[in-house]
Amino acid sequence: MEGIADMGGTEGWGPVRPPRPGEPVFAEPWQARAFALALLSIRVSGYNVDAFRHATERLDRAAYLDEGYFGRWLNAAELVLTETAVLAPTAVETRARNLRGEHAAEPPAPEPVRPDYAPTAPGSLRTVDTPAAFAVGERVRARDMSPPGHTRLPGYLRGRSGVVELVQPSALLPDTNAHFLGENPQHVYSVRFDSRELWGPGTEPFSVTAELFESYLETPS
Amino acid sequence: MTPTSGPDDRLAPALRTEALEQLLTERGLIDPAAMDAIIATYETQVGPLNGAKVVARAWTDPQYKSRLLQDGTAAIAELGFTGPQGEHIVVVENTPTTHNVVVCTLCSCYPWPVLGLPPSWYKDPAYRSRVVREPRAVLSEMGLDLADGVRITVRDSTSEVRWLVLPERPAGTEHLTEEELVPLVTRDAMVGVAKVTAP
Repeated sequence: MEGIADMGGTEGWGPVRPPRPGEPVFAEPWQARAFALALLSIRVSGYNVDAFRHATERLDRAAYLDEGYFGRWLNAAELVLTETAVLAPTAVETRARNLRGEHAAEPPAPEPVRPDYAPTAPGSLRTVDTPAAFAVGERVRARDMSPPGHTRLPGYLRGRSGVVELVQPSALLPDTNAHFLGENPQHVYSVRFDSRELWGPGTEPFSVTAELFESYLETPS
Repeated sequence: MTPTSGPDDRLAPALRTEALEQLLTERGLIDPAAMDAIIATYETQVGPLNGAKVVARAWTDPQYKSRLLQDGTAAIAELGFTGPQGEHIVVVENTPTTHNVVVCTLCSCYPWPVLGLPPSWYKDPAYRSRVVREPRAVLSEMGLDLADGVRITVRDSTSEVRWLVLPERPAGTEHLTEEELVPLVTRDAMVGVAKVTAP
């Protein structure tokens, strides 16, 4: 999907924020709680890391940006818990209002509907029986595709050609795993792209590499 | 924090976090002690000091450096650093002529076992969007001006592979021991937005 999260090459974000020495891991106590809650919400909802990332991508612009990194983790946690009916849609808001002194009736806890899904192994690394389709040094092109759901193929690489730099360990495919449609393990390649292929002939020379799943790639015609 | 009212009367994240924690705890779905353990881990145990120990070892032990560049995950595990977001770590070396810098344009993927949780600039839209398009300008804004001839490679972390930069050992540190080198190695140098400088 083309959501707010796919930021590579997009414009209008202003200057970068230079590093601040001694920055705390969590600037405010709620950020630490939100971080831990979000990690635990993956298990409580029966989701996986890919499905959680997809929940983050589906947040609207304000929910993604306005409360920063831990704000988006909190909002994604709430999303995965409400869409699996672990929590009623208004449960968090109602409780929060009551915490600040209101007296609203809280909704009853619904019956959870967790995804029918179980990982075949911990983590994301998986073996693939078929040989790798592409070799180090081979020229490949990222498919110009626009899947409606989760993908780890950034928009700015679609349709662009590069060279395989490394064959990485094979892994389950986030595009299907995020939707509980199977792990679909694939070979993974680090592909090196020239800056002028990505951004045009006048660009300063540099390279970008990205790890791309085999189904993202094709042989250039 | 005091609750704020935005245009849509959105409740402050601190309040919503507290509400969520209460709701899940009351139902027995989470244990606040487990939350405390997660927080303590990333506040006190897992941070850039781990990566600094890896770098200092590589600077002083050529055989370790060789193993680190060959199989980063295994060499890092030798020092006891494993865990979430560290399934497969690739280490790349910065030299006087080649410079690697790491980003995750799609979210904020980062090698937690060696660097901890990412700093705010790494998660900022400006860094995520711009470093794959104009890395020299971005690095310069962050205080790192690279010579014209230096070849830049931007590593966009789009899969579960995680990248760690092995910075150049600065001149003038030849007499320092591994233990003395550790505090010189910064998080920013291990992401590739800074160089390590001699004391």
